[in-house]
Amino acid sequence: MTSTACFIIVSRNDIPIYEAEVGSAAKREDAAQLHQFVLHAALDIVQDLAWTTSAMFLKAIDRFNDLVVSVYVTAGHILYIYGTDLHVHNI
Amino acid sequence: MIGTGKIKQYANVLDKPLGKGKQEVSLSAFAFLFSELVQYNQTEVDNISELETRLEDAGYAVGARVLELLCHRDKGNRRETRLLGILSFVHSTVWKVLFGKVADSLEKGTEQEDEYMISEKELLVNRFISIPKDMGTFHCGAFVAGIVKGVLENAGFPAVVTAHFVPVEGQQRPRTTILIKFAEEVILGWPMSMLCNSGKEAVNFSGYWYGIKDYCNKCS
Repeated sequence: MTSTACFIIVSRNDIPIYEAEVGSAAKREDAAQLHQFVLHAALDIVQDLAWTTSAMFLKAIDRFNDLVVSVYVTAGHILYIYGTDLHVHNI
Repeated sequence: MIGTGKIKQYANVLDKPLGKGKQEVSLSAFAFLFSELVQYNQTEVDNISELETRLEDAGYAVGARVLELLCHRDKGNRRETRLLGILSFVHSTVWKVLFGKVADSLEKGTEQEDEYMISEKELLVNRFISIPKDMGTFHCGAFVAGIVKGVLENAGFPAVVTAHFVPVEGQQRPRTTILIKFAEEVILGWPMSMLCNSGKEAVNFSGYWYGIKDYCNKCS
């Protein structure tokens, strides 16, 4: 079973602090840039959504082809964003 | 054999509950540390407002961390998204954890819409501090103002926070008031980028951000 996940920690000023790619799928050449692009595109959605609820874990807020983006927002608006394959979306 | 049954062992370290942390810290140790902090900064600055700014910056760092910590420890992983929510969080939870008691009062300013005040008879940080006459309006509560500012700004409610002495009739020592003046976008509830030049009208745009601030019929 192959699965990929990409994970970025973004500070409240939209500065990425940490980036990681995990997964057993064969890595494509542009996978890293694509993942970073997709996760950053989700930032706008997250920042609007974060004000509508007091929950910290926002699940499946955005989708790109088969990449599902979820985010955990801390009290200080630090964002833990990660994207997973649609097929293994069991979290 | 040393008893192993006394402490509950967790298979996964992530399952361990968050510790409550040290409930009490020596007051004299803190007073000493704070006085050294003030004295050190005094040697580095040329005037009072710079000294207040430095104390405020020191407090800001505390506030940012306290916000994250208390959210997980005391509030069961829920964020504050409302203005009154975050204010009462500061007034009760933050004060309780930092100073051992809730703040004396939380008031809304009458003349200004965006001003709120937290009052305290005597700030803990000021207890062992006396201000010489020639330092005028200097207030060591700038440290506490910085803590409040750190909490508010990191929660997404930018504000200017200052500490003031307010004389009270019938009492020798003045009360302390932490004055919180929120930035415009917090009161209006709109993201800053949507306000026009005069800051009054939330402007709709049809696609271009270019020149957004000029497109308002009230301010042109």
